[in-house]
Amino acid sequence: MSLLQITDLSLSIHAYDILKRVSLTIDAGEIVAVTGESGSGKSMTALAVMQLLPGGARASGSIRLDGQEILTLPEAEMCALRGAAVGMVFQEPMTALNPVKTIGDQVMETILIHKAMTPIRAEERAREVLTRVGLPPDRFPLSRYPHELSGGQRQRVVIAMAIALRPKLLIADEPTTALDVTTQAQILDLLKGLVQEYGMGMLMITHDLAVVADMADHITVMRHGEVVEAAPTQRLLTGMSHPYTKMLFAASDHRVTLPAPPPPAPLLEVSEVVRDYALPRTRLFAHPGHHRAVDHVSFALNRGERLGLVGESGCGKSTLTRAILGLEPVQGGEIRLAGQPVYDGKRANPEIRRRMQVVFQDPYGSFNPRHRVDRLVTEPFHLLDAPPTGSDRSDRIAEMLTAVGLSPDDAGKYIHEFSGGQRQRIAIARALIIRPQLILFDEAVSALDVSVRAQILDLLAQLCSEYDLTYLFISHDLSVVRTITDRVLVMQSGRIVEQGETAQVFSDPAHPYTRALIAAAPRLPETGARRA
Amino acid sequence: MLRYSLKRALSLAISLAVASLVIFAVIEIAPGDPASFMLGVNAQPDTLAALRTELGLDQSKAERYVSWVTGMLRGDFGTSYTYRTPVSQMIADRLWVSLPLALYALALSTAIALPAGIYAAARRGKPGDLAVMGATQLGVAVPNFWFAMMLVLIFAINLRWFNAGGFAGWDKGLTAGLHSLTLPAIALALPQAAILARVMRSALLDILGEDFMRTARAKGLTRRQALWRHGLRNALIPVLTIIGLQFSFLLAGSIIIEQVFYLPGLGRLVFQAISARDLIVVESVVMLLVFAVIVVNFLVDLAYALVDPRLRTRT
Amino acid sequence: MSRNLILGAGLSSLVVLAALISFIWTPYDHAALNIPAKLQTPNARHWFGTDHFGRDMFSMIMVGARTSIAVALLAVGIGMSLGVPLGLAAAARKGSWLDELIMRGNDLVFAFPSLVIAILITAVFGAGAVNAIIAIGIFNIPVFARITRGAALSLWEREFILAARVAGKGAARISAEHILPNVANLLIVQGTIQFSLGILAEAGLSYVGLGAQPPTPSWGRMLADAQTMVSFAPHLALIPGLAIILTVLGLNLMGDGLRDWLDPRLRVART
Repeated sequence: MSLLQITDLSLSIHAYDILKRVSLTIDAGEIVAVTGESGSGKSMTALAVMQLLPGGARASGSIRLDGQEILTLPEAEMCALRGAAVGMVFQEPMTALNPVKTIGDQVMETILIHKAMTPIRAEERAREVLTRVGLPPDRFPLSRYPHELSGGQRQRVVIAMAIALRPKLLIADEPTTALDVTTQAQILDLLKGLVQEYGMGMLMITHDLAVVADMADHITVMRHGEVVEAAPTQRLLTGMSHPYTKMLFAASDHRVTLPAPPPPAPLLEVSEVVRDYALPRTRLFAHPGHHRAVDHVSFALNRGERLGLVGESGCGKSTLTRAILGLEPVQGGEIRLAGQPVYDGKRANPEIRRRMQVVFQDPYGSFNPRHRVDRLVTEPFHLLDAPPTGSDRSDRIAEMLTAVGLSPDDAGKYIHEFSGGQRQRIAIARALIIRPQLILFDEAVSALDVSVRAQILDLLAQLCSEYDLTYLFISHDLSVVRTITDRVLVMQSGRIVEQGETAQVFSDPAHPYTRALIAAAPRLPETGARRA
Repeated sequence: MLRYSLKRALSLAISLAVASLVIFAVIEIAPGDPASFMLGVNAQPDTLAALRTELGLDQSKAERYVSWVTGMLRGDFGTSYTYRTPVSQMIADRLWVSLPLALYALALSTAIALPAGIYAAARRGKPGDLAVMGATQLGVAVPNFWFAMMLVLIFAINLRWFNAGGFAGWDKGLTAGLHSLTLPAIALALPQAAILARVMRSALLDILGEDFMRTARAKGLTRRQALWRHGLRNALIPVLTIIGLQFSFLLAGSIIIEQVFYLPGLGRLVFQAISARDLIVVESVVMLLVFAVIVVNFLVDLAYALVDPRLRTRT
Repeated sequence: MSRNLILGAGLSSLVVLAALISFIWTPYDHAALNIPAKLQTPNARHWFGTDHFGRDMFSMIMVGARTSIAVALLAVGIGMSLGVPLGLAAAARKGSWLDELIMRGNDLVFAFPSLVIAILITAVFGAGAVNAIIAIGIFNIPVFARITRGAALSLWEREFILAARVAGKGAARISAEHILPNVANLLIVQGTIQFSLGILAEAGLSYVGLGAQPPTPSWGRMLADAQTMVSFAPHLALIPGLAIILTVLGLNLMGDGLRDWLDPRLRVART
């Protein structure tokens, strides 16, 4: 008998059909991954098992845990199962813990709420389980508060809470999406270890196909609330049957061909740049300390070149980006564009600034919700001495929108009428409209679904040849950087630890950090589904 | 925690200093010559001169300010011009009416509002919640002094459970004193309770949408357990802010309410002083009121740190 | 358009209408004494009855509405016109000395309830409606400053603001073009709420004699006059009280309704 058996699960919320006859099975000791793009219903499936669905949800079908039907179980009995027979780990570790309670209290609570042990025994078990997840009490006493821990550490606490009572089933909903590559690798190893050690079954929800290929024994692919394909991992990877699955895997490993870069002539020169932040005062009369976000960084970006910048969160890449754009002053070193310094004394030189533009990460936050597309796209005109007006202006807008694959009629619409991928296209149009010499892409595709990401990468490749783009592509996603750049810089703790041709750095990394980074990143194996 | 408290204490001291400057500036500088202001146009020159010396107007403004502040720190608030008694004595008597009244109202308001807000949040959308929302919607619209008049009409005049006014005095015992203050305190407390209940409810509802509440449910806590063990303490943080603000409104409100109940508090003192142009009394009463508000806000700041551990590690 | 909004707007308009009409017509002259007709309860000839001087209560209420609305409205005007720019400036220069100064200033003014400010002003400058406007207005400034600053701060974090900075726009321009339009909704709602609070505050000030002085009629003073007679002529206190309640209620309902209408992103509580 399987540990978890979902049969024909259908779910609707307020008359919207979310899930349509979803079925899947998990055995003890098995990891089943449910994957798909946003809106596929994978998270809802997990919430349905826990019966933590939002209000207005109507479910039908069957969910059996160890043979017991739980879909129709009354709430009180469901509470007894949650945390004891089924544990759940969520996506956002930064907000998953109660900020005003200690980690010890929160882990012990799982045990005490089920009256499984005396408080003394519960505390012992809490210590055991926190040690098991990599937070030994000598370094992380139970009296610590969540805000004193990093994202990865908080996620470990959440895992500790979920497994404290050795549940039979562990559900993990995008458990590592919000974490760095190296931390992700550690957490995934932890989860794998726990499954083997405790003999648990694990339902893992993730959009990251490389993670899926790495971890799962069994893969279920979902789309628009339906299961599109399900098979043991090896069988799926070697022989996908459904076109959607093939498309998904192909898009995950999407490669683009960039036109050859011209002979090197430096455009952007960054030399010995230092950026310090003053820390808040910890003592009343002591000098506030400094945090060095960028530590003597030097590199050159050539005309027509596509340079990548990779690093994990906190490495200083965002700070460096802002300094290059002239948004923040630097405390040391110099940044020059086409030979001219970006900073004129303390102020950024507008003449230079108009030669650079940026595309940001969040397609939903990058635009003022009250403005129409034509106004949004022409915002950089503010930097020009004589911005085009009248028909010149509308021509430019139309040209840009067409170049990014949209229609000139879209100029009159509001931003909320567009999807995430379309918004990023508009963001690219905005960056391109004043024909800057340099564009910075700051995690520009990180928030997009895999298939949309592939389209945007194609668009970039196309624009490279049409407009002779020079860009700095900042990302934590190694597989994207690998295909969209000619050269790459690797940044750690404010320093550039390695630079070189992309292919070279990825196949034969020199610096130990680069090696660790590449080793930690889950790799999508050869699937035979890649487009020629 | 110590660092945080010291920082708050410093803030308190600065606020008091600046507030005293402002009050001094308005009272002593604005009317031009306080002495002729107090005595009126028909004052005799020698009375004027005598008052000037008494008020210390021959000194410079800075000297007058310093002597005023140092006087207050010693407990000397000057002498009332109209009554010829030390202001500190007049204030002390009245303070023991106004301050207990404000605190009594604060206690009542909190005791009614917090449970009501929690109840409404726990039953969101259901009849219980709608009833509370309806009652509070009405409650916030009611002027407290009008409400006081209605209470007097019903409970004092018709039912005779309370006196229609007057203060029994603390020397007649704690219960007797509180009895005289009960109707006024209720009049003050209910409209404020309406506001506070809504704040409590909305703070809780905001918290209910937070991720850590979902984590709590995933551990096996029932909705009620999650609300009590996790939601409440977090929701208290914004509620504390409002309670602090409420005290200043309650103090001001008690000044007004005293008129309905003929209570011998600071209100009557200061209104009479305004009519009599006794600037010394006005100055002292205002300073005291502001002092009370600033101190209460300081205590609320300390309470924050007790509730929210994140504040204890930052400065 | 929710029920709240319609009901609230209806009530509020009724009161505003009464105030406006009072300039051209009232059933009787609100100041005309008519001792023989004194202390009548509401009847066909005097819809709200008469007071202890025989004055028509309905007319007095209409004219009193003018005072309440004018004072509260001007006080909101003061609060907004000074508070909003301060809040925007503080958010634009977060962490700087300007921000600290504005925040401390806010806290300081919050220590002075409108009543206390009114006491200070009246003691020195004499009583009058202008004092009430200034006292309530001054207290409104930190309210708007704080709320603007809070909303602006979260907007400054958003990427579209960063995009505007990359486009070379300075803090002042960004505050005007991007921040202010996006906080406007919040300010409209808060303005309505402060308006209703202003009505209550004005009533309290007139009640203790610190607001509009005779012969300008005000609801608060009607209540003060009614106090001694509440046992045998309760309508003298009930009528102005209900007028205040209904006006404030109407404004609050309208504020709630506006909030729901302007920001339709309803929060769905997760289980």
